[in-house]
Amino acid sequence: MSNTRIQQRMDALKASGRKALIPYIVAGDPTPSITVPAMHAMVAAGADVIELGMPFSDPFADGPVNQRGAERAIAAGMTLPGVINAVAEFRKQDDQTPVVLMGYLNPLIAMGETTFCEACENAGVDGLLIVDMPPEEEGSLVQSAKRHGLDLIYLAAPTTTDARLETIGNATSGYLYYVSLKGITGSSKLDTHEVSQRIAHMRQHVSVPICVGFGIRTAEDAAAISTTADGSIVGTVLVSQVEALANQPEEIPAALQAILQPMRQAMDAKA
Amino acid sequence: MALTEQELRTLDYEPDAGGHFGDYGGRYVSETLMAALSELDQNYQMLKNDPEFQREFDADLATFVGRPSPLYHAQRWSNAIGGAQIYFKREDLNHTGAHKVNNTIGQALLAKYSGKPRVIAETGAGQHGVASATVAARLGLECVVYMGADDVERQSPNVYRMKLLGAQVVPVESGSRTLKDALSEAMRDWVTNVDNTFYIIGTVAGPAPYPQLVRDFNAVVGREVKWQSKEILGRYPDALVACVGGGSNAIGLFYPFLKDTEVAIYGVEAAGRGLSTTEHAAPLCSGRPGVLHGAKTYLMDNSDGQIAHTHSVSAGLDYPGVGPEHAYLKDIGRANYVGATDDEALAAFHEVSEVEGIIPALETAHALAYTKTLAATMRPDQTIVCNMSGRGDKDIFTVAKMEGISLT
Repeated sequence: MSNTRIQQRMDALKASGRKALIPYIVAGDPTPSITVPAMHAMVAAGADVIELGMPFSDPFADGPVNQRGAERAIAAGMTLPGVINAVAEFRKQDDQTPVVLMGYLNPLIAMGETTFCEACENAGVDGLLIVDMPPEEEGSLVQSAKRHGLDLIYLAAPTTTDARLETIGNATSGYLYYVSLKGITGSSKLDTHEVSQRIAHMRQHVSVPICVGFGIRTAEDAAAISTTADGSIVGTVLVSQVEALANQPEEIPAALQAILQPMRQAMDAKA
Repeated sequence: MALTEQELRTLDYEPDAGGHFGDYGGRYVSETLMAALSELDQNYQMLKNDPEFQREFDADLATFVGRPSPLYHAQRWSNAIGGAQIYFKREDLNHTGAHKVNNTIGQALLAKYSGKPRVIAETGAGQHGVASATVAARLGLECVVYMGADDVERQSPNVYRMKLLGAQVVPVESGSRTLKDALSEAMRDWVTNVDNTFYIIGTVAGPAPYPQLVRDFNAVVGREVKWQSKEILGRYPDALVACVGGGSNAIGLFYPFLKDTEVAIYGVEAAGRGLSTTEHAAPLCSGRPGVLHGAKTYLMDNSDGQIAHTHSVSAGLDYPGVGPEHAYLKDIGRANYVGATDDEALAAFHEVSEVEGIIPALETAHALAYTKTLAATMRPDQTIVCNMSGRGDKDIFTVAKMEGISLT
């Protein structure tokens, strides 16, 4: 497990003194055919890792923006095998950029956790982030994921106790996803000073890279977070842009690029 | 996976430390909720044995709700069916008209003892919202109720009731604009405002410790039936019947009887337009295990694992999941889960109204429909207790509309 694509990418960034820019979009939103072009466009704009949402009908830990993204994807016919196929398609042109699938447990149970992990490995998926599976509830998925070389990325929150941080730090691989707000994806408050202090504290308990998500909307946010975190995860602002262009999907790749490029520049300027 | 009778008599029927009932239950939530749930769990485990807390809970049940609720012999209906003697546990006589208030009083007291001045709730048809607003008013707590925008339009009398009780009703415009969207929005509120806010969940579903604490607050129903049946019959009933949506009234009746295996237990799900169609809300009868709203349980989903749209004539049973303890009781063979269709429930609704002078809630009518079927297979010296979980005043507009009658 020491040289997964995610770990290689994180090590390389560290060696060059740069921070990870990690965009999130929902696979199949607003239509399955745009997902792979959007992924390539985000890489061209400087994305280091791509988080791809597996749409679920009841994403109760997400904000309304991401929920609508999932609803559009499901309505457009996106399924879990469809998400994995999109990664396989992406891999035909890009065997460097790590891809993390993010979502909820029930669709994985429906597909069968072993079948799912095997398909992920074959398609070139690198990691999984299952929002509603804390370490306490990890079951057969963990074994399957390990067997198929998939990193399991866990969440930490401002309210996570030190004891739990140890547990989560031990369970997570690739990176730790720090939820910068108590609230749900897409809330508007972001206190970069508080986040910095918190990251410094977490490093006492966690050895993997710490990337920060929730509430990063602007290039300034991304740069400020990157001064202390190992990466900035950008989701809601991208999904909002997809929503705005839901009727002109061909314009989405360029529009995502236009949001990510200034973030990349601002982050690298601080590096 | 079914256990022997001896095993069923000696199980303790308590969840493990992580809130699991066998494979089911647990805490399948985002890390952002974990701290709030552990705090709630700690407070609850401490307060449930606190004499002061219990005294206040019991006093409110007695003087505010009007407990104990009677165990009533539905003699004319029993005779008409010609089988077992049917008794109704009259939860419909509670303040606010259903069993729901047992739980909301318990949780609002937890909020008060935990120092949370604000409570939030989600509601579908509005019954749980009204019960929450009622106890919030009683205890002087701020109350915000999330309700799908479509439900706000459909259930305007309950929206007005909540407002009269001083609650703020927030229409939720996202998604399907119904119960599940209200639930998501309430979760969002809770993780953002957890320092001063208590989330009152309305049924035995959701992440631990909710299934356990909601059960415990409703278990007063079964405990009363135990002593009432001893007093009236000299023994326990032969069978218990209750409707199951999330399953809170059912578990409240069943739980105190779980070790008494001579008492047969039947949970009745909403079979909608029939279990052979896709238009029902019966995850235990025809769903499969999965993870929804923070717990592993039986649920209704499609082959991709997307949660299915459900259908029932009764809003209170129209839910794709079910409490995890029911999933466990099904698998170990302690309880039987069956379905009653919309039509069967409507027929029972009319029959009990006419024969017994009690207009039942449409949810309850499902339990009544199966009670009738079951009674007909039993002897007149046997008894069934059916939980009359709620009264039907709230449903008369729905029934009238379905039957083409205009009330305005």
